[in-house]
Amino acid sequence: MPTVTMNVNGRQRSADIDPRTLLVQFLRENLRLTGTHVGCDTSQCGACVVHIDGEAVKACTTLALSCEGSNVLTIEGLANGNELHPMQEAFREHHGLQCGFCTPGMIMTAVDLVRRKGNNLDEKTIREELEGNLCRCTGYHNIVKAIAAGARNMSSMPQSKAAE
Amino acid sequence: MYAFTHHLASSVDDAVKTLGANGDAKFLAGGQTLLPTMKQRLAAPPHLIDLGKVKELRGIEVQGDKLVIKAMTRHYDVATSDAVKSFQPGLAELAGLIGDPAVRHRGTIGGSIANNDPAADYPAACLALGATIVTNKRRLEAEKFFTGLFSTALEDNEIVTSVEFPKADKFKYMKFRNPASRYAMVGVAVAKKGGEVRVAVTGAGSDGVFRWTAAEEKLTQNFDKRALEGLSIDPGTLNGDIHGSREYRAHLIGVMAKRAVAAA
Repeated sequence: MPTVTMNVNGRQRSADIDPRTLLVQFLRENLRLTGTHVGCDTSQCGACVVHIDGEAVKACTTLALSCEGSNVLTIEGLANGNELHPMQEAFREHHGLQCGFCTPGMIMTAVDLVRRKGNNLDEKTIREELEGNLCRCTGYHNIVKAIAAGARNMSSMPQSKAAE
Repeated sequence: MYAFTHHLASSVDDAVKTLGANGDAKFLAGGQTLLPTMKQRLAAPPHLIDLGKVKELRGIEVQGDKLVIKAMTRHYDVATSDAVKSFQPGLAELAGLIGDPAVRHRGTIGGSIANNDPAADYPAACLALGATIVTNKRRLEAEKFFTGLFSTALEDNEIVTSVEFPKADKFKYMKFRNPASRYAMVGVAVAKKGGEVRVAVTGAGSDGVFRWTAAEEKLTQNFDKRALEGLSIDPGTLNGDIHGSREYRAHLIGVMAKRAVAAA
């Protein structure tokens, strides 16, 4: 079996894997990082969104072997020790979740959105940008509020941390 | 997914050489179509040649009067490129309408046109703008490249390396998206260059992307949406499915074409 090596949440990780292994399987099954979820497994729902080299992608539609040498950030790597990332804190504060299944993908998408579109996001932009993330509890109202607040709070983060 | 051997290509030469040694191999570009297709076991290539690390296949450049987009350039890069926005803003808009933000971070122009999905967006732009598809072997006009549903003129041992777009005075793409898949139910691209107008339709043709020549003739005489009043397209040549009947798609083509002309 081929070997893949990538940096996940700041740690070099390496494993021998079946070429069919998807990035989300590698994260969940090899590394036991089960914060990244599999919802639809057809790249529609966004529960599996992680960052590869700083950009949001769907980990169910990416081969682990394609990530050779990449930097991967998952929901587990977002907080600074016991201190939640501002986007995580905003989801808690604004109750941006109900069952919580879509939340890791929502938060990873939201952090990527701030990187691309800045800290002042209007509702229309947030809703448009969330088209690849589904919440089956239909809790979008609070998710949108949480993302707007989290984006504002990210402006006070050090630049390097905010970009991660 | 059925088992396959994964090859990480280091260059175009390396990719072509690996393909030569494994005739039944497939190239993996962004994987946003191929991987879901393999998961459903609708495709089962025994070898995948991963182009993700081939740096020479990435980049956007304006060369005189043409825009060159290399094959592994992602939709996100095209949508946000200042070079594309100033050369042909409608093309950047089109790239920004593909899939969703995470899909656009992986999907590529080369993958899109080589797959030639009948509901893909780029083929319509290539036809309307009269793009040239450049491969490792030759240069092909878009019209000769797209040969039917999921099929192209690509031969064995051939790989798309870039797409060249000539400049048009006006270009607009209007897409009616399927609300779930975000693929085009109907997408119409309209380009005007000097006195020549081209109209290309995706998402609707039973044989893939096509030019709507009757609309082109009307718009060449008068580039105004009113020129398309009363013009209809034969539903018999269109694709009907659970998302929409042929007649519905025929109607949408007229509506999207008028909107494209009005906004061009």
